[in-house]
Amino acid sequence: MSRLAGLARGVWDFIVGDDWRIALGVVAALGVTAIVSDTSVSAWWILPVAVAVLLLVSVSAVARPRR
Amino acid sequence: MTGTQIGLELSVFLACAVEAVEALTIVLAVGTTRSWRSTLIGVASALGTLAVLTAALGPALTSLPLGALRVVVGGLLLIFGLQWLRKAILRAAGLKELHDEEAIFDRQRQSAGSAGLVAGGLDAYSFTVAFKGVLLEGLEVVFIVLTFGANQHDVGLAAAAAAVAIALVVVAGVAVHAPLARVPENTMKFAVGVMLTSFGTFWGAEGAGAHWPGGEGALLVIIPVLLAFSLTLVAVLRGRKAPAVGQRAAAG
Repeated sequence: MSRLAGLARGVWDFIVGDDWRIALGVVAALGVTAIVSDTSVSAWWILPVAVAVLLLVSVSAVARPRR
Repeated sequence: MTGTQIGLELSVFLACAVEAVEALTIVLAVGTTRSWRSTLIGVASALGTLAVLTAALGPALTSLPLGALRVVVGGLLLIFGLQWLRKAILRAAGLKELHDEEAIFDRQRQSAGSAGLVAGGLDAYSFTVAFKGVLLEGLEVVFIVLTFGANQHDVGLAAAAAAVAIALVVVAGVAVHAPLARVPENTMKFAVGVMLTSFGTFWGAEGAGAHWPGGEGALLVIIPVLLAFSLTLVAVLRGRKAPAVGQRAAAG
């Protein structure tokens, strides 16, 4: 069991890395893109905006002074 | 060769060179301190495992329909690329320690030296450290080669770029017989992060059903805009850090 847990942990670290919000945000942005693509509204801009927001939020969280 | 293929080759080459430099540091430290034979067996075993993984995952990935492939690969590349870019931005802004190959080499040598004597036969320490180091760094190489290659239906081209990068690093490492500390790792990681994120954005959106204005030409806008945005973040974070340091100095 501990080996399985170790393997799961390794896969998580490899794919998700230090900031889980990035992985969650990317999955959510892809989902929204897919939904909007089915409408008449163009959807190409959603991922670039999501990338900018995710990067900003992720690095700002590290840069913010701890109280 | 198209612009996308050149971007693919460049990204794979840079990513693989960085990972190879990191693996080389571990291998050199253990090999020079303990047993070259056991270290090289560890390297060969890791390479064999990576080859099996590539053979198993490659056909599975390339058999996916193009739309599904682009969503899966685009999403993974985006997550992976954003992690690389995030770390590179934080390092460039001075908020995260730079990867110091010489310091890592020294630490690895110290650990290897204090891990007990080699009692003849296979040295388990050298084997395990070399195996783990090459496997972990190599997994990232396999991931990048497969995702980029599968998406462009050119795994061979991606694999060739990876092989050239690894061969160059190994030759340089053997020639200087020391870790390649002068390689500008963070600059390379920054570039790779921008490329992986840009291609991930492009392919992910296409896979999810979006249509880019200008088709593949959109990459010529995505890449420089993302680079400019990332460099702006570095400048802003550096500016924020400076007053904090000044305030601490004044308080002290």
